[in-house]
Amino acid sequence: MFNEANTVAIILTLKLALIVTALLLVIATPIAWWLARTPSKLKAVIGAIVALPIVLPPSVLGFYLLLAMGPNGPVGQLTESLGIGLLPFTFSGLVIASIFYSLPFVVQPIQNAFEAIGEQPLETAATLRAGPWDRFFTVAVPLAMPGFFTGTVLGFTHTVGEFGVVLMIGGNIPGVTRVVSVQIYDYVEALEYADAHQLAATMVIFSFIVLLLLYTLNPNKRNET
Amino acid sequence: MKHKISLSLFIMLSAMSSAQATTVSVAVAANFSAPMKDIAQEFEKETGHHLTLTFGSSGKLFAQIKNGAPYQVFLCADDKKPGKLENEGLSVPGSEFTYALGTLVLWSANPDFIDDNGEVLKQKQFIHLAIANPALAPYGVAAIETMQKLKVLDNLRSTFVQGENVAQTYQFVATGNAPLGFVALSQVFQAGKLTQGSAWIVPAELHKPIRQNAVLLSKGKDNKAAETLLAYLKSNKATAIIKSYGYKL
Repeated sequence: MFNEANTVAIILTLKLALIVTALLLVIATPIAWWLARTPSKLKAVIGAIVALPIVLPPSVLGFYLLLAMGPNGPVGQLTESLGIGLLPFTFSGLVIASIFYSLPFVVQPIQNAFEAIGEQPLETAATLRAGPWDRFFTVAVPLAMPGFFTGTVLGFTHTVGEFGVVLMIGGNIPGVTRVVSVQIYDYVEALEYADAHQLAATMVIFSFIVLLLLYTLNPNKRNET
Repeated sequence: MKHKISLSLFIMLSAMSSAQATTVSVAVAANFSAPMKDIAQEFEKETGHHLTLTFGSSGKLFAQIKNGAPYQVFLCADDKKPGKLENEGLSVPGSEFTYALGTLVLWSANPDFIDDNGEVLKQKQFIHLAIANPALAPYGVAAIETMQKLKVLDNLRSTFVQGENVAQTYQFVATGNAPLGFVALSQVFQAGKLTQGSAWIVPAELHKPIRQNAVLLSKGKDNKAAETLLAYLKSNKATAIIKSYGYKL
C-alpha cells in the first residue's frame, strides 16, 4: 500500500511516539502529582512553564532547541562533554524535543485527575496505615486512571502530529528524523500531491480513530458527577 | 453587531483597494531575501511605491501562486517555475527575465574549517554536511551536481542533513549544528566580502548555472508599480546591489 520511503517514515513516527509517550508517563506523573498537591507558591510558575509549549509556536521552540542543543548552547556543551555529541539531526534529539513539546498534554490530564481525587480517599488510606508510596500506587493512581488514559493518548497523538519542531532540528534524514509530517510537507512542496494525499489521508483517519476511541472509552467526567 | 462588523470590514477592504495602486506584493525566493530588502528600500525611496515582500522556498511560493495567492511579482530561484506559470496562464507572457545568477558556496561558521579548494569534502572529517533539499531547492541541485563532479557524492551521502530551503540550510550551519554546508553566496557575502566563517566559492563550471528568473504574475498585470519594479530590477542601481551580494549577471 505504501512505498518504501513512506513505510520507513511511518515506522519511524510510531517508534518516536511510543518512546516519547513511555518516557513522558515517567516524567509527567511526579510533576502532575506535585502540581496537584503542593501548597507552594512555585506552583503557578512551574505550571506556567509546563504549559508553555501549548501556546508557543513550534518555530520558537524549535529555534531555541536548535540553539540550546548546538555547540555553543548549554545543552550542546553538556552533551559534547559527556561524549554523546550534538543532538540535532539525531533520533535522540527528536525524542528530547518531543518530550518538551508534548509534556503539557500528558501532565495536565493527570494533574486534573489527581486534583479530582481530593483529600478524603488518601486520608482514609493513611488511617489504615498505608504509607505514602502505598497510598500513591494503590489509591491515587487507580483513581486517576482516566487522566492517565487521556494523557497517554494525547501525548502519543500529539507526538505523531508534531511538525514544526522536527522541521527545525531534524535535518530531514530518512529513517532517522524524516517523520510522516515532514514527508508530507516534502511531497506538497515538490508538488507531488498524489503521494501527499496517501499519507495525509492516513493521518486524518488515524487521528480520528484514536480520538473516537478516547471519547468512547473514557466518557466525559462531567457526566459522572 | 453583525452589521457593525460587515461595515468595518467594508471600510477596511475599500481602504486596502485604494492603496493597491501603489502597493506591490512580491514573492521572493529565500536566497534573495537580503538583497531584495536593500533593493526594496531604494525602490520605495525613489518611487514612493510600497512593496510587500513574502519570502519562502520557490516551491512553496509556486504552489501558493497556483492556488490563487495575491502576489503580483515572483522572484523565483530557478528558471523552470516561471515558465510553468506562463503555460498555465498565471503570468504575463514575455515578462520573464533572469535577474541574477546564483553562486553556490561551501560555508562554515568556523573561520578555519574550509580551505580554498574544497579539499575538506574529500577528507570528510565532519559528521554533518548541510544541503538544501535537492527535490525542492535549486541550490540543493547545484550542490549535488558539484559533489558528483568531484566524485565525492556517494562517500558523503550519509552525512547529509537537509534544510527545506537554503535559508534553513544556512541556519543549520550558522548555529554550528552542521559544521559546514552548501548555501547561497548571498547569505554569507556582503559588500564584496565574507561576513563570517570560512568558505569555498564553488567554481561555476562544477554545476549547471543557477538562473534566477523573475516574472510578472497575472495579478500584477495592470499594476504600474509592479512593472516599474521589474524595470527597476534591471537598473544599474539594483544590479549593483545584486552583485554586491555575490550574484553574477
